[in-house]
Amino acid sequence: MIAAQEPVQRPLDARLLVVDSRGRITETPRTRWLDQMDAGDLVIANDAATIPASLHGVHLATGAAIEVRLAGFTSQAKGATVGPIDVRRFAAVVFGEGDFRTRTEDRPLPPPLKTGDHLAFGDLSASIEALLDHPRFVSIRFAGSSAGIWEGIARRGRPIQYAHVTAPLALWDVWTPIAALPVAFEPPSAGFVLDWKMIRAIRERGIKFATITLAAGISSTGDAELDRRLPLDEPYWIPEATALAVRTRAAGARVVAIGTTVVRALEHSAAVHGMVRAGDGLADQRVGHGSRLRVVDAIISGTHEPDSSHYQLLRAFADDETLVRVSAALESGAFRTHEFGDSVLIESARQSVCGSSHSRKRRDDLVATAA
Amino acid sequence: MTPSVTADKSSGLEGVRVAITGGTSGLGLAMVGELMRRGARVAFVARTRERVDGVTRSHPGAFGIVGDVAAKGDIYPIALQVLGNLGGLDVLVNNASALGPVPLAPLADTDCEAFELALATNLLGPFRLTKALLGALAASARDGRGSLVLNVSSDAAINPYPDWGAYGASKAALAHMTRIWNEELAAEGIHFLSIDPGDMDTPLHAAAVPDADKATLKRPATAAAELTETIASGLRRASLTGSRA
Repeated sequence: MIAAQEPVQRPLDARLLVVDSRGRITETPRTRWLDQMDAGDLVIANDAATIPASLHGVHLATGAAIEVRLAGFTSQAKGATVGPIDVRRFAAVVFGEGDFRTRTEDRPLPPPLKTGDHLAFGDLSASIEALLDHPRFVSIRFAGSSAGIWEGIARRGRPIQYAHVTAPLALWDVWTPIAALPVAFEPPSAGFVLDWKMIRAIRERGIKFATITLAAGISSTGDAELDRRLPLDEPYWIPEATALAVRTRAAGARVVAIGTTVVRALEHSAAVHGMVRAGDGLADQRVGHGSRLRVVDAIISGTHEPDSSHYQLLRAFADDETLVRVSAALESGAFRTHEFGDSVLIESARQSVCGSSHSRKRRDDLVATAA
Repeated sequence: MTPSVTADKSSGLEGVRVAITGGTSGLGLAMVGELMRRGARVAFVARTRERVDGVTRSHPGAFGIVGDVAAKGDIYPIALQVLGNLGGLDVLVNNASALGPVPLAPLADTDCEAFELALATNLLGPFRLTKALLGALAASARDGRGSLVLNVSSDAAINPYPDWGAYGASKAALAHMTRIWNEELAAEGIHFLSIDPGDMDTPLHAAAVPDADKATLKRPATAAAELTETIASGLRRASLTGSRA
């Protein structure tokens, strides 16, 4: 695959690789992804807005230039509240000098970090509360009021960015059209497939739409040891309307997750409560090979390399043989990868094992007729 | 089937999250006070830090945000702080306004730059801020909280007053944009209103008509009470209707 370098959320030529429950692979323009849905299907997206979580500043003890990438919430912050979002404490990855133009793997290390070290980002200041079992992975605490910290982050922060996108990203590049609560550290980029025209079309076609909010953490650190700890535990929030929509969906209607974060939130809630329940939680599970999907029937996701945690999650939807064929198709078809790249739609193999929905059967019939 | 509505009737705005631009003078300032008095949680935006700090001090609990809605680069930082501080958003009031040329001038004498500033403040700014906050407003609607955008208009949006060209044209466009937003998003449960609060005794009016007889002008507090009631009744209707009928 090739990296998508332009920060365009919905390029008109974006492609969608479709994998049905039997492992059959087809391709369609991504702008037509809604044609893959049936009336009654429940499409669920993550409406988290993205914090500009990259902060350039100074490690005061040494005067060294550093970049801090806020990676996740350390305390169990609520995914959504009627009240200020707590931004005093974060888990963070610290880099030495330089910026996103250098691949994270090649970035210089920061100076040795100690608990109590002070960091300054313009007017915004922070201290290191603890090292999180790694010399570059720390818990930091910002000084000042919550409103002052939000202002500092709004003024100083940039979206976390990787070297494959060459132009500096602005917040409008990374907020999905439905972005609501700013709790994500990187965009829930599968949601880039959505726009408001699409949401209108969803309604007109009798498809259901709902959202969860999951505080998606950092996706890559450039450090193999740290990357193995990803995804971090992520707070999430499920609105009452979403829990209700899942519970009351028509027999045979599918739950289609826009992105891995949606799978994580819904499946966590269902595993803990036996059903998707409204309220907040902390997604701390790994979804992957052998995971039982209790709720989600299909996923729309970006295209991912096999060594990524996103790819591991797809193993809950399709067997390894199918995913190997998917990877080969993405590779030979020169699909674009990363957050602004092409997408896949994978229907859970369970769909066919459990006896699929009427709608599935109907489409299978159509395929059979056409064949 | 209206327990929450009945319970809210005393104020209708208890816990409602409201953002308002131009919150340090005139109608905006009066609305910050009125909204807070009725139990809303308020974030306000204005350009000058000293004035933002002053209003924050005089309205404990309000979140003051320094930013210029006419500046494209300020919009997302404003939106981020609104959403971070309020934890979401139910109501957006686009109130900040620019007259265009001061003193007022015929269109033929209006500098293009003055016209552009009026458009940037009165039209593009509300468009951009609404767009940045739309996801949060839609989330509120899906939650059944109701969701409303109130754009402050003027009779100059309807009547072709000589010398009010930049202001009147920008406000006319804002009013029309409001109607289109509403057509497009009412089905999502987000409702848009544009309201003319009337001629008020405000710094903006004084700049436009320096020798106006202030006795004939409406007090901003009166207009603020009316607009705040409009918001409350709008939310009542929205939450009764539901967003996904």
